[in-house]
Amino acid sequence: MSDTLILTKRWPKNDPSLAGYKADGGYRSLEKALGMPPAAIVDEVKASNLRGRGGAGFSTGLKWTFLPKDVRPRYLCINADESEPGTFKDRYICEYDPHMLVEGIAITCFALDIHLAYIYIRGEFAKQARALETCIEEAYAAGLIGPKLGGKADFKLDVHVVRGAGAYICGEESALMESVEGKKGYPRFKPPFPAIVGLWGKPTIINNVETLANIPWILENGGAAFAALGAGKTGGTRLFGVSGNVKRPGVYEKPAGYNLKKLIMEDCGGTVSGRPVKAVIPGGSSSPVLRGDEIDVSLEPDAIKSAGTMSGSGGVIVMDDSVCMVRALARIAMFYAEESCGQCTPCRQGTPWMWKILEKIERGEGTMKDLALIEQLPGNIMGQTICALGDAAAMPVQSFVKKFRNEFVEHIEGHGCKHGETAWGVSRGSREALVGGNRQPVR
Amino acid sequence: MAHHDESSADSGPQAIADLPRDKVARFDAALPEILKRYPPDHQEAAMLAALRRAQEIFGWLSPGAQKLVADRLGAPVTRAEEVATFYVMYHTRPVGRHVVEVCTNVSCSLGGGYDLFEDLKKKLGVDNGETTKDGRITLRQVECLGSCGTAPVILVDEEMHESLTPQSVERILGALL
Repeated sequence: MSDTLILTKRWPKNDPSLAGYKADGGYRSLEKALGMPPAAIVDEVKASNLRGRGGAGFSTGLKWTFLPKDVRPRYLCINADESEPGTFKDRYICEYDPHMLVEGIAITCFALDIHLAYIYIRGEFAKQARALETCIEEAYAAGLIGPKLGGKADFKLDVHVVRGAGAYICGEESALMESVEGKKGYPRFKPPFPAIVGLWGKPTIINNVETLANIPWILENGGAAFAALGAGKTGGTRLFGVSGNVKRPGVYEKPAGYNLKKLIMEDCGGTVSGRPVKAVIPGGSSSPVLRGDEIDVSLEPDAIKSAGTMSGSGGVIVMDDSVCMVRALARIAMFYAEESCGQCTPCRQGTPWMWKILEKIERGEGTMKDLALIEQLPGNIMGQTICALGDAAAMPVQSFVKKFRNEFVEHIEGHGCKHGETAWGVSRGSREALVGGNRQPVR
Repeated sequence: MAHHDESSADSGPQAIADLPRDKVARFDAALPEILKRYPPDHQEAAMLAALRRAQEIFGWLSPGAQKLVADRLGAPVTRAEEVATFYVMYHTRPVGRHVVEVCTNVSCSLGGGYDLFEDLKKKLGVDNGETTKDGRITLRQVECLGSCGTAPVILVDEEMHESLTPQSVERILGALL
């Protein structure tokens, strides 16, 4: 398997400035792109099998072709909201190599005849927003963006950073556009899709940070080379953020078809405690959980479907056998209850209900009737809401209860959690001592 | 113990005229820089950024501050209110001189985030969302901050501190005046 690095090749001790990026060959792809017919750039991206890295895994090139031919202006929104629990990759692109993203944005805008782009970054990423601001200022000053894209006389491009203010839902693309428009983040009905009716009612492409950071490499090396790095219908490498009970947590750049077990047991060194892996959330907290004996699977989005889950945003959360599954699930359920925007009744009412039932079971006050209810409830939210948050809340509940049902029954029959004070496991807070503070993003 | 008597939006400035004039002037001076990021026919889009700036200047988003933002953007007051109350980073009640926010989501709690939050509640004598009696710190439990590989994580006045230990948290909080 290839060990080519695209996104992390300069991390983490590189010079993130324009000078540093250019010294390593940066912005050559933009120059190349400006000499190509825009349609040829789109074709190259299609050939690359680049799929969205935000979670849904939709083909980037195909998404781009949905833009209606004769409607202007068109807009680009770059999703840097990164709020799916367990996901922490885009922030490092913004911190370590922001010009790679800006070059990707510039090429994308040229290919799609877009002249205004907004990077929507979650409000809590203050440092990363500053890094992007600095980077954009440098790019303007150097004439790479602004009135003449890459020095090309007849193409204007403005890029701005827009900061969110604390709302998970704004990572959902239509809520993101509402937020860019200065509103609360209520998702919109789809269709129409953003490529047809988007920001301020105009055709809009929304791509994730990691997705667009791949564009310069694709232009430089060709779509076919990118496709060859991946597996199946997914081209390239991906950033996997591994957290929880592993020895070496961090961001790992691996081929898209990398094996989940290998990532956890070899790259991350297995569990901190040396205890067996009990559960793995493979792609952000909304992806169905896997038992420790189910993790020998490819992370390629289509392949991991056969294991009944998804690699979503690449956020891998590992739990050893000292962690209480009811405790963990109740916390996940709390997250979705807190973050439901309140627009659709099944989600607004159903998410806090699931959370309360799970806390009741964890406290030892649950009954078998509650268990029956928690098995039934998620199905009444799934597919009944405007956006995917309802599904995202339902999937972990369904999968945890199905795969660790005995633990829920134990809580009910034993009138409490046998883990007591250590429901979050024995390794909590001990990683510093065990691994000597190896907390740098690694690969 | 926390005090609740003063932490009500009703006790803050209710109208634009109730706001300190020098601060209103600072806000007005900052506005053009925010507005220029949006097309001339979509200036209301600056709502989030304008509220953020107002909060930085006034400390929190009192009804008066919300009215100021709405007035300057030519938007109805309800627009400012619905945005200010939708996003968790806006404070629509007074807060302490510092806001400490602890992530207790799964990855952080596997690394001690939940324990850290419980310890801080005890140490500061406050519950979630409350302010210490001396007005120094408001403590809040927050959702995933996107720093799961360096758990546990807190935000102090919106700046992130990662890879925390009980000792480093004590140091960080001790430096808050």
